[in-house]
Amino acid sequence: MTTTAEKASAPTWRRRQRIAAYLFVAPFFVFFVLMLLVPLFYAGYLSFFREQLIGGNAFVGLDNYVRALQDERFLRGVLRVTLFLLVQVPVMLGLALLFALVLDSGRLRFASLVRLGIFLPYAIPGVIAALMWGYLYGQDFGPFAQAGRALGLPVPEFLSSGWMLASIGNIVTWSFVGYNMIIMYAALRAIPAEIYEAARMDGAGEFRLAWSIKIPSIRPSLLLTLIFSVIGSFQLFTEPQLLKSISPVVVTGEYTPNLYAFTLAFSRSELNYAAAVSFLLGILIMIVSYVVQLSTQRRERQR
Amino acid sequence: MSAPRRSNLLTVLMLGVLAYFLLPVVWLVVASTKSNSGLFRSFGLWFDRDFALGDNLRSVFTRDDGVFVRWLVNTFAYAGLSAVGATVLATMAGYAFAKYTFPGGRLLFNIVLGAVMIPTTALAIPTYLLFSNAGLTNTPWAIILPSIVNPFGLYLMTVYAQSAIDDSLLESARIDGAGEFRIFWQVCARILAPGMVTVLLFTLVATWNNYFLPLIMLQDTDKLPLTVGLAQWQSAATRGNGGEALYSSVITGAMVSTLPLIAMFLFLQRYWQSGLADGGVKG
Repeated sequence: MTTTAEKASAPTWRRRQRIAAYLFVAPFFVFFVLMLLVPLFYAGYLSFFREQLIGGNAFVGLDNYVRALQDERFLRGVLRVTLFLLVQVPVMLGLALLFALVLDSGRLRFASLVRLGIFLPYAIPGVIAALMWGYLYGQDFGPFAQAGRALGLPVPEFLSSGWMLASIGNIVTWSFVGYNMIIMYAALRAIPAEIYEAARMDGAGEFRLAWSIKIPSIRPSLLLTLIFSVIGSFQLFTEPQLLKSISPVVVTGEYTPNLYAFTLAFSRSELNYAAAVSFLLGILIMIVSYVVQLSTQRRERQR
Repeated sequence: MSAPRRSNLLTVLMLGVLAYFLLPVVWLVVASTKSNSGLFRSFGLWFDRDFALGDNLRSVFTRDDGVFVRWLVNTFAYAGLSAVGATVLATMAGYAFAKYTFPGGRLLFNIVLGAVMIPTTALAIPTYLLFSNAGLTNTPWAIILPSIVNPFGLYLMTVYAQSAIDDSLLESARIDGAGEFRIFWQVCARILAPGMVTVLLFTLVATWNNYFLPLIMLQDTDKLPLTVGLAQWQSAATRGNGGEALYSSVITGAMVSTLPLIAMFLFLQRYWQSGLADGGVKG
Protein backbone atom coordinates (compact mmCIF):
# COMPACT_ATOMS: atom_id res chain seq x y z
CA MET A 1 0.00 0.00 0.00
CA THR A 2 2.65 2.47 1.06
CA THR A 3 4.79 1.81 -1.99
CA THR A 4 1.99 2.61 -4.41
CA ALA A 5 1.13 5.72 -2.43
CA GLU A 6 4.75 6.91 -2.64
CA LYS A 7 4.87 6.16 -6.34
CA ALA A 8 1.77 8.20 -6.86
CA SER A 9 2.88 11.11 -4.70
CA ALA A 10 6.45 11.49 -6.06
CA PRO A 11 5.34 12.89 -9.44
CA THR A 12 2.85 15.22 -7.71
CA TRP A 13 5.70 16.57 -5.60
CA ARG A 14 7.79 17.14 -8.67
CA ARG A 15 4.92 18.69 -10.54
CA ARG A 16 4.17 21.01 -7.66
CA GLN A 17 7.80 22.11 -7.60
CA ARG A 18 7.80 22.67 -11.33
CA ILE A 19 4.71 24.83 -11.17
CA ALA A 20 6.28 26.81 -8.32
CA ALA A 21 9.44 27.31 -10.39
CA TYR A 22 7.49 28.65 -13.34
CA LEU A 23 5.53 30.98 -11.07
CA PHE A 24 8.79 32.24 -9.57
CA VAL A 25 10.35 33.07 -12.94
CA ALA A 26 7.16 34.32 -14.61
CA PRO A 27 7.11 37.92 -13.29
CA PHE A 28 10.71 38.51 -14.37
CA PHE A 29 10.04 37.13 -17.83
CA VAL A 30 6.87 39.15 -18.36
CA PHE A 31 8.89 42.33 -17.85
CA PHE A 32 11.87 40.88 -19.70
CA VAL A 33 9.76 40.30 -22.80
CA LEU A 34 7.94 43.64 -22.58
CA MET A 35 10.93 45.84 -21.75
CA LEU A 36 13.76 44.08 -23.62
CA LEU A 37 12.57 41.77 -26.37
CA VAL A 38 9.63 43.82 -27.68
CA PRO A 39 11.68 47.06 -28.01
CA LEU A 40 14.51 45.09 -29.57
CA PHE A 41 12.30 43.63 -32.26
CA TYR A 42 10.52 46.95 -32.70
CA ALA A 43 13.88 48.65 -33.29
CA GLY A 44 14.69 46.03 -35.89
CA TYR A 45 11.31 46.55 -37.54
CA LEU A 46 11.60 50.36 -37.56
CA SER A 47 15.04 50.24 -39.10
CA PHE A 48 13.59 48.82 -42.34
CA PHE A 49 11.38 51.85 -42.98
CA ARG A 50 11.84 55.44 -43.99
CA GLU A 51 9.59 58.35 -43.16
CA GLN A 52 8.49 60.13 -46.29
CA LEU A 53 7.01 63.53 -46.75
CA ILE A 54 4.07 62.04 -48.61
CA GLY A 55 2.57 58.68 -47.77
CA GLY A 56 4.06 58.09 -44.31
CA ASN A 57 6.44 55.20 -43.70
CA ALA A 58 7.72 53.22 -46.66
CA PHE A 59 9.53 49.89 -46.52
CA VAL A 60 13.10 50.42 -47.73
CA GLY A 61 14.76 47.10 -46.83
CA LEU A 62 18.35 47.49 -45.78
CA ASP A 63 18.68 51.05 -47.13
CA ASN A 64 19.11 52.58 -43.67
CA TYR A 65 21.92 50.16 -42.90
CA VAL A 66 23.65 50.83 -46.21
CA ARG A 67 23.34 54.52 -45.48
CA ALA A 68 24.80 54.12 -41.98
CA LEU A 69 27.75 52.09 -43.24
CA GLN A 70 28.55 54.91 -45.65
CA ASP A 71 27.79 57.67 -43.17
CA GLU A 72 31.06 59.33 -42.27
CA ARG A 73 29.61 60.86 -39.11
CA PHE A 74 28.59 57.42 -37.83
CA LEU A 75 31.84 55.73 -38.87
CA ARG A 76 33.99 58.43 -37.31
CA GLY A 77 32.07 58.06 -34.07
CA VAL A 78 32.59 54.29 -34.13
CA LEU A 79 36.29 54.80 -34.78
CA ARG A 80 36.47 57.28 -31.91
CA VAL A 81 34.85 54.95 -29.36
CA THR A 82 37.01 52.07 -30.64
CA LEU A 83 40.13 54.12 -29.96
CA PHE A 84 38.68 55.03 -26.58
CA LEU A 85 38.00 51.35 -25.86
CA LEU A 86 41.52 50.26 -26.80
CA VAL A 87 43.16 52.79 -24.49
CA GLN A 88 40.75 53.49 -21.64
CA VAL A 89 39.50 49.96 -20.88
CA PRO A 90 42.97 48.38 -20.42
CA VAL A 91 44.05 51.32 -18.26
CA MET A 92 40.90 51.18 -16.13
CA LEU A 93 40.82 47.39 -15.69
CA GLY A 94 44.59 47.23 -15.16
CA LEU A 95 44.36 49.77 -12.36
CA ALA A 96 41.30 48.04 -10.88
CA LEU A 97 43.12 44.69 -10.84
CA LEU A 98 46.26 46.24 -9.36
CA PHE A 99 44.30 47.94 -6.58
CA ALA A 100 42.28 44.78 -5.89
CA LEU A 101 45.49 42.74 -5.57
CA VAL A 102 47.07 45.34 -3.29
CA LEU A 103 43.99 45.32 -1.04
CA ASP A 104 43.87 41.54 -1.05
CA SER A 105 47.57 41.22 -0.14
CA GLY A 106 46.78 42.53 3.33
CA ARG A 107 49.92 44.67 3.39
CA LEU A 108 48.12 47.96 3.38
CA ARG A 109 47.30 50.18 6.32
CA PHE A 110 43.89 51.94 6.24
CA ALA A 111 42.81 49.31 3.70
CA SER A 112 39.07 49.73 4.22
CA LEU A 113 39.37 53.51 3.95
CA VAL A 114 41.28 53.18 0.68
CA ARG A 115 38.78 50.64 -0.64
CA LEU A 116 35.76 52.80 0.05
CA GLY A 117 37.50 55.95 -1.19
CA ILE A 118 38.31 54.42 -4.56
CA PHE A 119 34.77 53.03 -4.81
CA LEU A 120 33.13 56.33 -3.84
CA PRO A 121 33.04 57.85 -7.37
CA TYR A 122 30.79 54.98 -8.49
CA ALA A 123 28.03 56.39 -6.28
CA ILE A 124 28.30 59.77 -8.00
CA PRO A 125 26.07 60.17 -11.07
CA GLY A 126 27.84 60.39 -14.43
CA VAL A 127 26.25 63.79 -14.95
CA ILE A 128 27.81 65.16 -11.78
CA ALA A 129 31.17 63.48 -12.47
CA ALA A 130 31.27 65.11 -15.92
CA LEU A 131 30.17 68.42 -14.46
CA MET A 132 32.85 68.38 -11.73
CA TRP A 133 35.64 67.38 -14.06
CA GLY A 134 34.38 69.93 -16.56
CA TYR A 135 35.00 72.63 -13.94
CA LEU A 136 38.33 71.11 -12.89
CA TYR A 137 39.50 71.05 -16.52
CA GLY A 138 38.40 74.65 -17.05
CA GLN A 139 40.81 77.45 -17.87
CA ASP A 140 39.02 80.06 -15.73
CA PHE A 141 38.64 78.64 -12.26
CA GLY A 142 39.95 75.10 -12.74
CA PRO A 143 42.64 74.41 -10.12
CA PHE A 144 45.03 72.89 -12.67
CA ALA A 145 44.99 76.05 -14.79
CA GLN A 146 45.24 78.21 -11.65
CA ALA A 147 48.20 76.24 -10.33
CA GLY A 148 49.85 76.30 -13.75
CA ARG A 149 49.47 80.08 -13.99
CA ALA A 150 50.80 80.59 -10.48
CA LEU A 151 53.86 78.45 -11.15
CA GLY A 152 54.37 79.70 -14.69
CA LEU A 153 53.90 76.23 -16.12
CA PRO A 154 51.92 75.45 -19.27
CA VAL A 155 48.68 73.58 -18.61
CA PRO A 156 47.15 71.50 -21.41
CA GLU A 157 43.77 72.67 -22.62
CA PHE A 158 41.89 69.63 -21.43
CA LEU A 159 38.76 70.57 -23.38
CA SER A 160 40.47 71.14 -26.74
CA SER A 161 39.98 68.74 -29.62
CA GLY A 162 43.39 67.14 -29.04
CA TRP A 163 42.69 66.40 -25.39
CA MET A 164 38.93 65.83 -25.25
CA LEU A 165 38.93 62.05 -25.70
CA ALA A 166 41.62 61.63 -23.05
CA SER A 167 39.71 63.97 -20.73
CA ILE A 168 36.55 61.88 -21.18
CA GLY A 169 38.65 58.77 -20.60
CA ASN A 170 39.84 60.20 -17.31
CA ILE A 171 36.26 60.86 -16.17
CA VAL A 172 35.13 57.34 -17.05
CA THR A 173 38.22 55.81 -15.42
CA TRP A 174 37.68 57.89 -12.30
CA SER A 175 34.04 56.80 -12.12
CA PHE A 176 34.42 53.07 -12.71
CA VAL A 177 37.82 51.89 -11.44
CA GLY A 178 36.31 51.37 -7.99
CA TYR A 179 33.30 49.42 -9.26
CA ASN A 180 35.53 47.04 -11.21
CA MET A 181 37.97 46.84 -8.32
CA ILE A 182 35.21 45.81 -5.91
CA ILE A 183 34.02 43.02 -8.22
CA MET A 184 37.59 41.70 -8.60
CA TYR A 185 38.30 42.11 -4.88
CA ALA A 186 35.15 40.18 -3.96
CA ALA A 187 36.28 37.36 -6.27
CA LEU A 188 39.78 37.38 -4.74
CA ARG A 189 38.28 37.10 -1.26
CA ALA A 190 36.34 34.04 -2.38
CA ILE A 191 39.53 32.08 -3.18
CA PRO A 192 40.07 29.60 -0.33
CA ALA A 193 43.25 30.46 1.59
CA GLU A 194 44.53 26.86 1.65
CA ILE A 195 45.38 27.19 -2.03
CA TYR A 196 48.10 29.68 -1.17
CA GLU A 197 49.76 27.59 1.48
CA ALA A 198 51.51 25.11 -0.80
CA ALA A 199 52.77 27.93 -3.02
CA ARG A 200 54.03 29.88 -0.01
CA MET A 201 55.83 26.80 1.22
CA ASP A 202 57.54 26.54 -2.15
CA GLY A 203 58.76 30.10 -1.56
CA ALA A 204 56.46 31.94 -3.95
CA GLY A 205 56.37 35.70 -3.28
CA GLU A 206 53.35 37.99 -3.44
CA PHE A 207 53.92 38.73 -7.14
CA ARG A 208 54.26 35.10 -8.11
CA LEU A 209 51.16 34.31 -6.05
CA ALA A 210 49.19 37.05 -7.80
CA TRP A 211 50.31 36.07 -11.29
CA SER A 212 50.08 32.29 -11.04
CA ILE A 213 47.20 31.75 -8.65
CA LYS A 214 45.09 34.81 -7.96
CA ILE A 215 44.65 36.21 -11.48
CA PRO A 216 43.83 32.84 -13.09
CA SER A 217 41.34 32.08 -10.30
CA ILE A 218 39.29 35.22 -10.86
CA ARG A 219 39.16 34.87 -14.64
CA PRO A 220 35.32 34.78 -14.75
CA SER A 221 35.12 38.08 -12.88
CA LEU A 222 37.79 39.64 -15.10
CA LEU A 223 35.82 38.58 -18.17
CA LEU A 224 32.64 40.02 -16.68
CA THR A 225 34.23 43.41 -16.03
CA LEU A 226 35.80 43.37 -19.50
CA ILE A 227 32.48 42.71 -21.23
CA PHE A 228 30.70 45.39 -19.18
CA SER A 229 33.47 47.87 -20.01
CA VAL A 230 33.33 47.09 -23.73
CA ILE A 231 29.58 47.64 -23.73
CA GLY A 232 29.99 50.84 -21.72
CA SER A 233 32.60 52.31 -24.07
CA PHE A 234 30.50 51.79 -27.15
CA GLN A 235 27.52 53.37 -25.41
CA LEU A 236 29.38 56.47 -24.24
CA PHE A 237 26.83 59.24 -23.93
CA THR A 238 26.54 61.16 -20.65
CA GLU A 239 30.10 62.52 -20.45
CA PRO A 240 30.36 63.78 -24.05
CA GLN A 241 26.81 65.14 -23.91
CA LEU A 242 27.62 67.15 -20.77
CA LEU A 243 30.96 68.42 -22.06
CA LYS A 244 29.20 69.40 -25.27
CA SER A 245 27.57 72.28 -23.42
CA ILE A 246 31.04 73.57 -22.39
CA SER A 247 32.84 72.83 -25.67
CA PRO A 248 30.21 72.72 -28.41
CA VAL A 249 32.80 73.09 -31.17
CA VAL A 250 34.87 70.10 -30.05
CA VAL A 251 32.04 67.77 -29.01
CA THR A 252 29.49 67.70 -31.79
CA GLY A 253 26.18 65.86 -32.01
CA GLU A 254 27.92 62.93 -33.68
CA TYR A 255 30.89 62.65 -31.32
CA THR A 256 29.94 59.11 -30.25
CA PRO A 257 27.54 56.75 -32.06
CA ASN A 258 25.13 56.88 -29.15
CA LEU A 259 25.12 60.66 -29.16
CA TYR A 260 24.57 60.51 -32.93
CA ALA A 261 21.55 58.21 -32.53
CA PHE A 262 20.15 60.62 -29.94
CA THR A 263 20.73 63.64 -32.20
CA LEU A 264 19.12 61.86 -35.14
CA ALA A 265 16.06 60.87 -33.15
CA PHE A 266 15.43 64.00 -31.11
CA SER A 267 16.98 66.92 -32.98
CA ARG A 268 16.53 65.82 -36.57
CA SER A 269 13.44 63.61 -36.19
CA GLU A 270 14.97 60.83 -38.25
CA LEU A 271 13.56 58.09 -36.05
CA ASN A 272 13.93 55.23 -38.50
CA TYR A 273 17.51 56.05 -39.31
CA ALA A 274 18.22 56.49 -35.59
CA ALA A 275 16.76 53.02 -34.98
CA ALA A 276 19.03 51.58 -37.67
CA VAL A 277 22.08 53.35 -36.21
CA SER A 278 21.38 52.12 -32.68
CA PHE A 279 20.54 48.63 -33.89
CA LEU A 280 23.79 48.52 -35.86
CA LEU A 281 25.64 49.71 -32.78
CA GLY A 282 23.94 46.98 -30.76
CA ILE A 283 24.99 44.33 -33.27
CA LEU A 284 28.54 45.67 -33.19
CA ILE A 285 28.61 45.49 -29.38
CA MET A 286 27.29 41.92 -29.41
CA ILE A 287 29.91 40.87 -31.98
CA VAL A 288 32.77 42.47 -30.06
CA SER A 289 31.59 41.03 -26.72
CA TYR A 290 31.26 37.62 -28.34
CA VAL A 291 34.75 37.83 -29.85
CA VAL A 292 36.14 38.84 -26.45
CA GLN A 293 34.49 35.81 -24.87
CA LEU A 294 35.68 33.44 -27.58
CA SER A 295 39.26 34.65 -27.47
CA THR A 296 39.47 34.29 -23.70
CA GLN A 297 37.96 30.82 -23.91
CA ARG A 298 40.51 29.77 -26.50
CA ARG A 299 43.33 30.98 -24.31
CA GLU A 300 41.84 28.97 -21.48
CA ARG A 301 41.86 25.82 -23.59
CA GLN A 302 45.48 26.36 -24.60
CA ARG A 303 46.64 26.55 -21.01
CA MET B 1 48.91 31.76 9.37
CA SER B 2 50.39 35.03 10.60
CA ALA B 3 49.10 38.31 9.23
CA PRO B 4 51.26 39.69 6.41
CA ARG B 5 53.62 42.52 7.24
CA ARG B 6 52.18 46.01 6.54
CA SER B 7 54.16 47.94 3.99
CA ASN B 8 54.66 51.66 4.51
CA LEU B 9 55.70 52.27 0.92
CA LEU B 10 52.57 50.57 -0.39
CA THR B 11 50.42 52.53 2.05
CA VAL B 12 51.90 55.86 0.93
CA LEU B 13 51.43 54.96 -2.75
CA MET B 14 47.82 53.95 -2.20
CA LEU B 15 47.08 57.09 -0.23
CA GLY B 16 48.34 58.98 -3.28
CA VAL B 17 45.92 56.99 -5.41
CA LEU B 18 43.17 57.78 -2.92
CA ALA B 19 43.96 61.49 -3.29
CA TYR B 20 43.22 61.29 -7.02
CA PHE B 21 39.85 59.68 -6.38
CA LEU B 22 38.90 62.16 -3.68
CA LEU B 23 40.17 65.29 -5.47
CA PRO B 24 36.95 66.09 -7.36
CA VAL B 25 34.89 65.38 -4.25
CA VAL B 26 37.04 67.70 -2.14
CA TRP B 27 36.79 70.31 -4.87
CA LEU B 28 32.99 69.92 -4.93
CA VAL B 29 32.70 70.38 -1.17
CA VAL B 30 35.02 73.40 -1.18
CA ALA B 31 33.37 74.96 -4.23
CA SER B 32 29.91 74.63 -2.70
CA THR B 33 30.98 77.09 0.02
CA LYS B 34 31.82 79.83 -2.47
CA SER B 35 29.77 82.58 -3.98
CA ASN B 36 29.69 82.84 -7.74
CA SER B 37 32.40 85.51 -7.81
CA GLY B 38 34.36 83.62 -5.15
CA LEU B 39 34.59 80.70 -7.58
CA PHE B 40 36.48 82.86 -10.02
CA ARG B 41 38.74 84.75 -7.66
CA SER B 42 39.90 81.99 -5.25
CA PHE B 43 42.06 78.89 -5.74
CA GLY B 44 39.92 75.89 -6.67
CA LEU B 45 41.04 73.64 -3.85
CA TRP B 46 40.89 76.15 -1.03
CA PHE B 47 38.18 78.28 0.59
CA ASP B 48 37.34 81.83 -0.38
CA ARG B 49 37.13 84.62 2.20
CA ASP B 50 33.33 84.63 1.82
CA PHE B 51 31.75 81.49 3.22
CA ALA B 52 28.58 81.25 1.14
CA LEU B 53 27.39 77.68 1.77
CA GLY B 54 24.24 78.88 3.53
CA ASP B 55 23.35 81.28 0.73
CA ASN B 56 24.07 78.60 -1.86
CA LEU B 57 21.88 76.03 -0.13
CA ARG B 58 19.10 78.60 0.13
CA SER B 59 19.37 79.42 -3.55
CA VAL B 60 19.46 75.73 -4.56
CA PHE B 61 16.29 74.96 -2.67
CA THR B 62 14.40 78.11 -3.68
CA ARG B 63 15.51 78.58 -7.30
CA ASP B 64 12.68 78.14 -9.84
CA ASP B 65 10.06 77.83 -7.05
CA GLY B 66 11.95 75.11 -5.23
CA VAL B 67 12.03 72.70 -8.17
CA PHE B 68 15.19 71.07 -6.76
CA VAL B 69 13.14 69.50 -3.97
CA ARG B 70 10.80 68.04 -6.61
CA TRP B 71 13.78 66.58 -8.46
CA LEU B 72 15.11 65.08 -5.24
CA VAL B 73 11.74 63.50 -4.41
CA ASN B 74 11.34 62.24 -7.99
CA THR B 75 14.79 60.68 -7.95
CA PHE B 76 14.09 58.92 -4.65
CA ALA B 77 10.75 57.64 -5.96
CA TYR B 78 12.01 56.47 -9.37
CA ALA B 79 15.15 54.84 -8.00
CA GLY B 80 13.44 53.34 -4.96
CA LEU B 81 10.54 51.76 -6.84
CA SER B 82 12.82 50.48 -9.61
CA ALA B 83 15.24 48.97 -7.13
CA VAL B 84 12.55 47.23 -5.06
CA GLY B 85 10.84 45.91 -8.19
CA ALA B 86 14.08 44.71 -9.76
CA THR B 87 15.16 43.02 -6.54
CA VAL B 88 11.89 41.15 -6.07
CA LEU B 89 11.83 39.91 -9.67
CA ALA B 90 15.52 38.97 -9.75
CA THR B 91 15.38 37.21 -6.38
CA MET B 92 12.35 35.08 -7.21
CA ALA B 93 13.63 34.11 -10.65
CA GLY B 94 17.25 33.65 -9.51
CA TYR B 95 16.11 31.40 -6.65
CA ALA B 96 14.05 29.30 -9.06
CA PHE B 97 16.93 28.90 -11.50
CA ALA B 98 19.28 27.92 -8.70
CA LYS B 99 17.07 25.54 -6.74
CA TYR B 100 14.63 23.92 -9.16
CA THR B 101 15.10 21.89 -12.29
CA PHE B 102 12.32 22.47 -14.76
CA PRO B 103 11.93 22.03 -18.52
CA GLY B 104 13.25 25.10 -20.35
CA GLY B 105 14.99 26.46 -17.25
CA ARG B 106 18.47 26.16 -18.69
CA LEU B 107 17.38 27.82 -21.95
CA LEU B 108 15.62 30.71 -20.20
CA PHE B 109 18.66 31.32 -18.01
CA ASN B 110 20.95 31.42 -21.04
CA ILE B 111 18.63 33.88 -22.78
CA VAL B 112 18.90 36.19 -19.77
CA LEU B 113 22.69 35.81 -19.70
CA GLY B 114 22.85 36.75 -23.37
CA ALA B 115 20.62 39.74 -22.67
CA VAL B 116 23.30 41.21 -20.41
CA MET B 117 25.00 42.09 -23.68
CA ILE B 118 22.02 43.95 -25.18
CA PRO B 119 23.03 47.60 -25.08
CA THR B 120 20.45 49.87 -23.50
CA THR B 121 21.14 52.24 -26.37
CA ALA B 122 19.59 49.94 -28.93
CA LEU B 123 16.52 49.81 -26.72
CA ALA B 124 16.09 53.41 -25.60
CA ILE B 125 14.70 54.89 -28.78
CA PRO B 126 12.25 52.06 -29.63
CA THR B 127 11.17 51.95 -25.97
CA TYR B 128 10.51 55.66 -26.21
CA LEU B 129 8.36 55.14 -29.30
CA LEU B 130 6.44 52.23 -27.76
CA PHE B 131 5.81 54.21 -24.59
CA SER B 132 4.81 57.20 -26.62
CA ASN B 133 2.17 55.10 -28.41
CA ALA B 134 0.97 53.79 -25.07
CA GLY B 135 0.79 57.31 -23.64
CA LEU B 136 3.41 56.49 -21.01
CA THR B 137 6.10 59.00 -21.90
CA ASN B 138 6.35 61.91 -19.50
CA THR B 139 5.12 59.66 -16.67
CA PRO B 140 7.15 58.00 -13.89
CA TRP B 141 6.40 54.60 -15.47
CA ALA B 142 8.66 55.49 -18.40
CA ILE B 143 11.61 55.44 -15.99
CA ILE B 144 10.52 52.71 -13.57
CA LEU B 145 9.28 49.96 -15.93
CA PRO B 146 12.47 49.66 -18.04
CA SER B 147 14.64 49.78 -14.89
CA ILE B 148 12.79 46.88 -13.26
CA VAL B 149 14.41 44.37 -15.62
CA ASN B 150 17.94 43.69 -14.45
CA PRO B 151 19.51 40.64 -16.15
CA PHE B 152 22.76 41.09 -14.24
CA GLY B 153 20.83 41.17 -10.98
CA LEU B 154 19.17 37.88 -11.88
CA TYR B 155 22.56 36.36 -12.67
CA LEU B 156 23.91 37.61 -9.34
CA MET B 157 20.95 36.17 -7.40
CA THR B 158 21.18 32.81 -9.17
CA VAL B 159 24.84 32.37 -8.30
CA TYR B 160 24.19 33.66 -4.79
CA ALA B 161 21.26 31.32 -4.14
CA GLN B 162 23.27 28.38 -5.49
CA SER B 163 26.02 28.87 -2.93
CA ALA B 164 24.00 30.22 0.00
CA ILE B 165 21.04 27.83 0.19
CA ASP B 166 21.64 24.20 1.01
CA ASP B 167 19.38 21.66 -0.71
CA SER B 168 18.98 19.74 2.55
CA LEU B 169 17.37 22.82 4.09
CA LEU B 170 14.68 22.78 1.40
CA GLU B 171 14.19 19.03 1.84
CA SER B 172 13.66 19.29 5.57
CA ALA B 173 11.25 22.21 5.15
CA ARG B 174 9.29 20.11 2.64
CA ILE B 175 9.18 17.15 5.01
CA ASP B 176 7.78 19.50 7.64
CA GLY B 177 4.99 20.15 5.17
CA ALA B 178 5.80 23.69 4.10
CA GLY B 179 4.66 24.74 0.63
CA GLU B 180 7.12 26.00 -1.95
CA PHE B 181 6.14 29.66 -1.52
CA ARG B 182 6.27 29.50 2.25
CA ILE B 183 9.75 27.99 2.03
CA PHE B 184 10.84 30.84 -0.18
CA TRP B 185 9.36 33.69 1.88
CA GLN B 186 9.91 32.37 5.38
CA VAL B 187 13.09 30.33 5.11
CA CYS B 188 15.12 31.40 2.08
CA ALA B 189 14.40 35.11 1.80
CA ARG B 190 16.31 35.75 5.01
CA ILE B 191 19.34 33.76 3.80
CA LEU B 192 19.25 35.61 0.49
CA ALA B 193 19.24 39.04 2.18
CA PRO B 194 22.88 40.03 1.47
CA GLY B 195 22.44 39.17 -2.20
CA MET B 196 19.18 41.11 -2.28
CA VAL B 197 20.77 44.18 -0.71
CA THR B 198 23.49 44.02 -3.36
CA VAL B 199 21.01 43.88 -6.24
CA LEU B 200 18.87 46.56 -4.58
CA LEU B 201 21.78 48.93 -4.14
CA PHE B 202 23.23 48.43 -7.60
CA THR B 203 19.85 48.90 -9.30
CA LEU B 204 19.25 51.92 -7.10
CA VAL B 205 22.54 53.45 -8.27
CA ALA B 206 21.85 52.60 -11.90
CA THR B 207 18.44 54.30 -11.81
CA TRP B 208 19.56 57.18 -9.60
CA ASN B 209 22.45 57.91 -11.96
CA ASN B 210 20.55 57.27 -15.20
CA TYR B 211 20.57 60.23 -17.51
CA PHE B 212 19.78 58.96 -20.99
CA LEU B 213 16.39 57.42 -20.26
CA PRO B 214 14.81 60.33 -18.32
CA LEU B 215 16.35 62.75 -20.79
CA ILE B 216 14.39 61.25 -23.66
CA MET B 217 11.27 60.16 -21.73
CA LEU B 218 10.38 63.19 -19.63
CA GLN B 219 9.39 66.66 -20.78
CA ASP B 220 7.89 68.48 -17.78
CA THR B 221 10.47 70.16 -15.59
CA ASP B 222 8.73 69.09 -12.40
CA LYS B 223 8.90 65.41 -13.37
CA LEU B 224 12.66 65.32 -13.92
CA PRO B 225 15.14 63.47 -11.73
CA LEU B 226 18.20 65.28 -10.37
CA THR B 227 20.53 64.23 -13.17
CA VAL B 228 18.51 65.82 -15.97
CA GLY B 229 17.50 68.82 -13.87
CA LEU B 230 21.06 69.65 -12.88
CA ALA B 231 22.26 69.18 -16.46
CA GLN B 232 19.64 71.74 -17.53
CA TRP B 233 20.83 74.24 -14.92
CA GLN B 234 24.40 73.56 -15.99
CA SER B 235 23.73 74.23 -19.65
CA ALA B 236 21.79 77.39 -18.73
CA ALA B 237 24.82 78.52 -16.68
CA THR B 238 27.30 77.97 -19.51
CA ARG B 239 25.00 79.73 -21.95
CA GLY B 240 25.21 82.68 -19.60
CA ASN B 241 21.53 83.17 -18.95
CA GLY B 242 19.55 82.39 -15.84
CA GLY B 243 21.23 84.82 -13.51
CA GLU B 244 24.53 85.43 -11.85
CA ALA B 245 24.37 82.83 -9.10
CA LEU B 246 23.70 79.83 -11.33
CA TYR B 247 27.20 78.28 -11.22
CA SER B 248 27.20 78.13 -7.44
CA SER B 249 23.67 76.68 -7.47
CA VAL B 250 24.70 73.95 -9.90
CA ILE B 251 27.74 73.06 -7.82
CA THR B 252 25.92 73.10 -4.50
CA GLY B 253 23.02 71.15 -6.00
CA ALA B 254 25.48 68.56 -7.28
CA MET B 255 27.03 68.32 -3.82
CA VAL B 256 23.65 67.83 -2.14
CA SER B 257 22.53 65.22 -4.65
CA THR B 258 25.58 62.99 -4.15
CA LEU B 259 25.04 62.71 -0.40
CA PRO B 260 22.13 60.21 -0.23
CA LEU B 261 23.82 57.50 -2.29
CA ILE B 262 27.13 57.84 -0.48
CA ALA B 263 25.29 57.60 2.84
CA MET B 264 23.45 54.53 1.66
CA PHE B 265 26.61 52.75 0.54
CA LEU B 266 28.35 53.49 3.83
CA PHE B 267 25.32 52.45 5.86
CA LEU B 268 24.77 49.17 4.02
CA GLN B 269 28.46 48.43 3.49
CA ARG B 270 28.54 45.17 5.40
CA TYR B 271 25.62 43.71 3.47
CA TRP B 272 26.49 44.57 -0.10
CA GLN B 273 30.15 43.68 0.27
CA SER B 274 29.34 40.25 1.64
CA GLY B 275 26.64 39.93 -1.02
CA LEU B 276 29.30 40.31 -3.68
CA ALA B 277 31.91 38.23 -1.89
CA ASP B 278 29.79 35.27 -0.72
CA GLY B 279 29.61 33.76 -4.13
CA GLY B 280 27.91 36.59 -5.94
CA VAL B 281 30.69 36.84 -8.51
CA LYS B 282 32.40 33.49 -8.26
CA GLY B 283 31.04 32.91 -11.76
